[in-house]
Amino acid sequence: MNRLTIVGLVIVVILVLVAIFAPWIATHDVGATNLSLRYLPPSAQHFFGTDSTGRDIFSRVVFGARISLKVGIVVVAVSAVTGTILGALAGYYSGWVDRIISGYVFNVFLAFPGLLLAIAMVAFLGAGLNKLILALCIIGWVGYARLIRGQVLKVREYDFVQAARALGASDARILLIHILPNAIQPLIVQASLGMAGAVLSEAALSFLGLGVPPPAPSWGVMIEEARDLSTLQAAPHALIFPGLAIALTVLAFNFIGDGLREYLDPRQRSR
Amino acid sequence: MRSFYKHKLFPFLRRVAIFLLVVWTVVSLVTLLIELVPGDPAVSVLGEQATPEQFEQFREKHGLDRPPFFFSIPRDAAGERHFQWHGAKNRYTEYWIALVHGDMGKSFRTDRPVIDLIRERYLATIELALAALLIAVLIAIPLGVVAGKNKGTWIDNLASFVALIGISLPGFVIGPLLVYVFAVKLDWLPPSGRFDWSYLVLPAVTLGAALSAILTRMVRSSVIEELGEDYVRTARAKGLSETKVVYKHVLKNGLIPVVTILGLQLGVLLAGAIITEKIFGWPGLGLLLVEDGIGKRDYRVVQGCVLVISITYIVANMLTDMVYRWLDPRIRVS
Repeated sequence: MNRLTIVGLVIVVILVLVAIFAPWIATHDVGATNLSLRYLPPSAQHFFGTDSTGRDIFSRVVFGARISLKVGIVVVAVSAVTGTILGALAGYYSGWVDRIISGYVFNVFLAFPGLLLAIAMVAFLGAGLNKLILALCIIGWVGYARLIRGQVLKVREYDFVQAARALGASDARILLIHILPNAIQPLIVQASLGMAGAVLSEAALSFLGLGVPPPAPSWGVMIEEARDLSTLQAAPHALIFPGLAIALTVLAFNFIGDGLREYLDPRQRSR
Repeated sequence: MRSFYKHKLFPFLRRVAIFLLVVWTVVSLVTLLIELVPGDPAVSVLGEQATPEQFEQFREKHGLDRPPFFFSIPRDAAGERHFQWHGAKNRYTEYWIALVHGDMGKSFRTDRPVIDLIRERYLATIELALAALLIAVLIAIPLGVVAGKNKGTWIDNLASFVALIGISLPGFVIGPLLVYVFAVKLDWLPPSGRFDWSYLVLPAVTLGAALSAILTRMVRSSVIEELGEDYVRTARAKGLSETKVVYKHVLKNGLIPVVTILGLQLGVLLAGAIITEKIFGWPGLGLLLVEDGIGKRDYRVVQGCVLVISITYIVANMLTDMVYRWLDPRIRVS
């Protein structure tokens, strides 16, 4: 395993621990405003300083990890499972199911900027965490479906699959026991990169005011609140720390994804 | 039938068919999205205090009093669902008919035609996207070539690391950071608006940053791959200088996959422009969508913006595909 992958894994483990133990790690109440304490620079009292309403940025970044990870995990899990089921069925049975899924759905969904679809959906549904997760799942599953379909098309022609079929194994058995375990590897890479994508999309939509509504400590919301000129002037740290949190999280999942891809595909290792 | 599939026009017709299918889906999605609005759009636009007459007038003016689609399955008084046919006089067909005539309806707020609002903003977005593309290419090609030529050295590692950071830092983090450094601290560039060229710099860099990172990686691996080809050895054996080998031979072939990425990323740019425009108050389609459309619940404006951005994206992808085929004759054959 390469060094960057390990760095990525370490960051993710820390992130998960921070999210789980957030109430114990946070030093202040995330919602407690105090205008006499606004724009304080980082100090022993407030590790990351305070924002324009005097809230403790460290505590908010810590609780923000919960929102980011929740969105990432739910979106990736739901999209990957849906995508795998539909992609496997399309690849295995071919025929009209495949023609609809790969001929129509793939072409249409991939011909459309995903973020725009999510923005449009949330714009009409109204902002909120669950609606945001729903929108990201609706655009997210297609990538997994296309990947698995391609894999299944390849694996189903292998000799051991033909042998299983000759022995009279049922379709379900062939698909679940023989094909999927051999088709699923690239999915892990895709899921890891998908986590990065979901975390980014959540922050982006929250930044636009379409995700988690403001008092919640979403990293995207924090950046949106920190970017007006007077706050930038007085407290650039209000922007920098949540920005760093997003960057590190995305970077970590990208490291893991890249590392896994190299690990699973030795041909790439030499490059 | 088989001879039809083999006809040389088939790939072209297939693409046209997919294009029409995608446009049809997008328009359908956009028209039906308004059904997702919780409650009544008239109430959410006019507010609870409006009189029943005002609601009635609003619904009539914007066609909201008509049924949404050809049929519906409403509940009756007893709670049973029944199929009900509405015929051609529904919002879906009306939106289509208007659209074919170049009409996207009127803004719920200002009564101005949506197409006019979009026309005012469209150029600003295209200007921003093209500037970002230019900046990305100007950064990525030299950086990628240097990294690829010096594969495995510290130069390569540094370039790859910078690229990775660029990918991981989203526009809504880079943008405000640039504002802080160049507008607040140094006071070199304006923080927002669109007047002379100096207003374009920060938004274009923000939007182009992620793309330049992706491109750098592409150019790098492309250069590495091409450097291993036979024609490079031939060119070197001929005694060509290394610069000539790289910039004349390697880059020419290595740029083919890059063009595809560029085209596909144009869509990402258009979506990213929504965020960039919000950061810098850049008066493009994204700002129209976010502030005038979503912010003021002007659903007609949202429909129009989503439609226009999508169609631009689809057309850009089609053009990319054509350029790609033209650049690499091998793809034309297969």
